[in-house]
Amino acid sequence: MTDYGAFAAGPLFGLPLPELWFALVFAILGTFLFLDGFDFGAGALFATREDDEERETILAAIGPFWDGNEVWLVVFGGALFAAFPAVYANLFSRNYLLLFGVLAALILRGLAPEMYEQRHDAAWQRWWGRSFVVGSVLTPFLLGVFTANWLTGSGALLTPVGVAVGSTLVALTVVSGAAFLRVKTAGSLREGVRRAGERALVAYLGLVVVTLGLLSLSTPRLAAAVTAPAVLALVATSVGLGVGYVAALRTGRDLLALVASGLLTYGLVAVVAFLLFPLVDPGTGLSVSEAIVAPLALNIMSVASAFLLPLVVTYFVVLYSAFSGPVRPTESY
Amino acid sequence: MVDPVIASRVQFALTTIVHIIFPVMSMGLAPFLVYFTWMEVRGGEAVYEQLRRFWTKIFAVSFVVGTVTGIVLEFEFGTNFAAFSTFAGELFGGPLATEGMMAFMLEATFLGIFVFGRERVSDRLYFVSSLAVAAGTWLSAVWILIANSWMQLPRGYELVERGGQTVVHLTDPIAAYLNPRFMFMYVHMQNAAVESVALFMAGVAAYHIFKHYVWGYSVQEVDFWEKTLKIAIVALLITAPLQVLHGDMYARHVHETQPQKFAAMEAVWETDSYVPEYLVAFPTSLDDITNPRAKELFGLGIPGGASWLASGGDPQATIRGLNDFDTEAPPVAIVFWSFRAMVGLGFWFILLAFWGGYRWWRGELLEDGLLHKALMGSSLLGIVAVELGWVVTEVGRQPWVVQGVLKTADGVSPGLTGTEATITLAGFVLAYASLLALYSYVVARIIRAGPPGTEELRTFATEADDPVAGVPGDD
Repeated sequence: MTDYGAFAAGPLFGLPLPELWFALVFAILGTFLFLDGFDFGAGALFATREDDEERETILAAIGPFWDGNEVWLVVFGGALFAAFPAVYANLFSRNYLLLFGVLAALILRGLAPEMYEQRHDAAWQRWWGRSFVVGSVLTPFLLGVFTANWLTGSGALLTPVGVAVGSTLVALTVVSGAAFLRVKTAGSLREGVRRAGERALVAYLGLVVVTLGLLSLSTPRLAAAVTAPAVLALVATSVGLGVGYVAALRTGRDLLALVASGLLTYGLVAVVAFLLFPLVDPGTGLSVSEAIVAPLALNIMSVASAFLLPLVVTYFVVLYSAFSGPVRPTESY
Repeated sequence: MVDPVIASRVQFALTTIVHIIFPVMSMGLAPFLVYFTWMEVRGGEAVYEQLRRFWTKIFAVSFVVGTVTGIVLEFEFGTNFAAFSTFAGELFGGPLATEGMMAFMLEATFLGIFVFGRERVSDRLYFVSSLAVAAGTWLSAVWILIANSWMQLPRGYELVERGGQTVVHLTDPIAAYLNPRFMFMYVHMQNAAVESVALFMAGVAAYHIFKHYVWGYSVQEVDFWEKTLKIAIVALLITAPLQVLHGDMYARHVHETQPQKFAAMEAVWETDSYVPEYLVAFPTSLDDITNPRAKELFGLGIPGGASWLASGGDPQATIRGLNDFDTEAPPVAIVFWSFRAMVGLGFWFILLAFWGGYRWWRGELLEDGLLHKALMGSSLLGIVAVELGWVVTEVGRQPWVVQGVLKTADGVSPGLTGTEATITLAGFVLAYASLLALYSYVVARIIRAGPPGTEELRTFATEADDPVAGVPGDD
């Protein structure tokens, strides 16, 4: 048998790999919630647009992107499995029905853009339009409920705090969805989604406060955690980013608004990570250092990710630059 | 309420049986799409643009359905097989995470360009996108099969106590991940995917050609279908013989490394030499007709055939029978018949390939109505053969989820209730049946609509009025 020496003995270069992987898992989750978040938001905003051409433009806007964006959820699952296998197993089996709800919602959302254009009769498009909206709203909502359960250690289907986190996520996806659609479209659609984005932002900030309040009432550990300086600082930053978002929308700097919504998303995920740490799964009481996979497997995954993740970022840069600017008529399904 | 262990096993089986159809379509189509794109950007005949556009539509639908069903699969390790995930996560999680980062990401991002971006990017980047998509689909299979081959042939680990549970501890990643089983599985699977898609293409093309030349209806773009059929026959002539030859080596490897599975494939209960290769076998008692583990069998076969197969040429070779294993045998009848049906189909595909090749050589490809009918009837049989092969692989290793180390029943989530499992199982049957129906409906529509007409092609538009089309976007 090969001797792996220091590679198997402890974390590579003495790096704090358990903590880095904890951060990485949440960074991946944040990337999913931002990138696929604006797809979900576009899906929610689809419901507010009546015009056929506008609806097709929304689908064309997310067309080349959503599948790649959704893969971040797969990578989140994979990274959690690889780095914290016991957490992946416990968390996923504890939230059994909830996760199948997420999967069902993702199926509805994923099929819709592809199916919508297959036939051009009204009934077909009405149903796939509904599938698109329901899937796009339900996915972030249920993921929010899942996140609440992760934080509180509960395995319940629906709790007040679950509804609060779910609604917070839905509002956030509409915030980024509106900015995304403004970047990708022109004319009445671009004008129309601005107000929706602003309202969603106000709702989002309000819901964050409600959510943190409910979380502090749920477990003693969370009651202490929500008033931690890092959490309060992130909330304050979010308010600042919100003001920036509105200002950017009103002055037509849509890309800047999209960036602000992205930062809001990473900020929210950072709050979740802070509320958990040093635990990684309050449901089983496992801490980051207890749940982390053994050094050899961890080192291999760290080296692989250090090579692969920058490559993945390159793919996304190529994809988004190929489709920069508003949707063109040739790009519909 | 269904027992959660049974429900989880059935649900996982259903998920994989349905899911594998879509990767087979995308992995099998990938090399064809690279070829079509290459010929198109090199300024080849207009038919290559038609081929690329037509088969990309089917690829895109397959990919979307493959994505949504694939995520389900990944989640089910956690939701339904939490005990397995905790037990084997240290070894098993890595390949899954790597698959996501290395393969799925590559495929999903460049597919956006490949499907929507023909007018947005240069010919060069467009061709690179087709390569990236193809590489993504094939790399995906690498990591999934690395994970699966370890479950068939676990190596490079030791069992340790962790948090009060026995878990797998990775000690030798090279032994674990560069598993001898992997290459057998990978070659067999990838070749099967190309062969299945070639059969599908041939069947679809034969339908249009039959309609036009034999029935006498006028089919639009009939030259396109002729080209499709010829390309499919070439692919079949390569893949069909290779599949059977390689399958023989694979079976010998299974005999060496998973003797219990091999015994089930051949329905050998008593250890013996000069074991016949049964073509068919039935329980001798009518009472046993529904018992997949019936031991008293009457069979017709080739004397010494199974021994000859197992040893690679020695009809006297000994095969260890199922009675000589400590664990209960897998449901032998399922494994036995799936194996026979798969092998039978494998030989049928060789016959089809040479039949088509011969008619083509004689210049009679478009007239042989019987060949067209045979190809139409076989268009989905490649996928059927893949399913049968996976049944042999996965049912054949039962009761083990990790061969010889962890039983499938012990891998199920301990907290899962019968109610939860029943709800999702019912949901699954419903959702996956609808998904399959929807997929078939959409693919059938695409096939009926046929390729884009020559007047729509950019090959002509670029020649006529836009000499610089194909350079990068202007924004």
